[in-house]
Amino acid sequence: MGHVTAAAPIEIEKTESAQEVDAVPEPDVPWVTIVHNDPVNLMSYVTYVFQTYFGYTKDKATKLMLDVHHKGRAVVSSGTREEMERDVQAMHGYGLWATLQQDRR
Amino acid sequence: MPGYFEPLPDGGAAVALDTVEISIIRSLTVQLLELIGPGPAEDSGADPLAELFAEGPSEPPSDPVLKRLFPDAYGDPAGTPPGAQEAAEQRARSAEFRRYTENDLRAGKRENALAVVRTLDELSSAAGAGPATLKLSPEQSRCWLGALNDLRLALGARLEITDEDEADELYRLPDEDPRKPLVMAYLWLGGLQESLVATLMP
Repeated sequence: MGHVTAAAPIEIEKTESAQEVDAVPEPDVPWVTIVHNDPVNLMSYVTYVFQTYFGYTKDKATKLMLDVHHKGRAVVSSGTREEMERDVQAMHGYGLWATLQQDRR
Repeated sequence: MPGYFEPLPDGGAAVALDTVEISIIRSLTVQLLELIGPGPAEDSGADPLAELFAEGPSEPPSDPVLKRLFPDAYGDPAGTPPGAQEAAEQRARSAEFRRYTENDLRAGKRENALAVVRTLDELSSAAGAGPATLKLSPEQSRCWLGALNDLRLALGARLEITDEDEADELYRLPDEDPRKPLVMAYLWLGGLQESLVATLMP
């Protein structure tokens, strides 16, 4: 990787009609993937999954795992609904108990 | 004494298993395969395209093990129950998610379980009746890791382990408790999985 050119922020102008088409409730609120605690999954395995699937560092993966363990749940990723459905499907593939929802914090 | 996985130089893992251990893992894995069921192509004749276009179910499974392996994607299991309208929306979205993902999820779990059965059968035919060392490639280790987790989720659901206290109680079951054999298997598989994760940690 050589030098990086500073990209100008891309502005997407929406026409009036496009906005009407997009008129779903709270279109700007991102979606989140939540992993829930369960007493069967091993702490080491949950950390392994967060590192392997999301590419998180050991520290970040461990912190998220501990949040799941102690608080009962942790937000592990955020993005569009489609992206979060992909993450939830992957978590179910690993056997973690995950759901997605709109992030209304 | 139960063996544990140890790392191999190529990134794989090895564990010593005797014939009883091999038969327990194999039998539990076959039961899991029967529960997960065949892929859609196997029920729909010889049309190879049928599987590509087959939709999964939209209703959650009734079996507690399958319900845990394929949970709803929408809805907060621990939060305050939503109002009727929101609950209906969550059900509809979970149903749609299920239609498009459950066949793939079942296929993935089936492949992991089949890899376990295959490696155990190869080991048995090579080793005869004595104890043997199972050697896994990194790819086979990942299949085993997923399958061991699914087996423990299945046993956990059968034993109705729903919180940490219940899991702790299992360590103190009296010998005459009918759950004892399943609990022994559950704890033993936990040790196996723990040692296998350690060999795969990035």
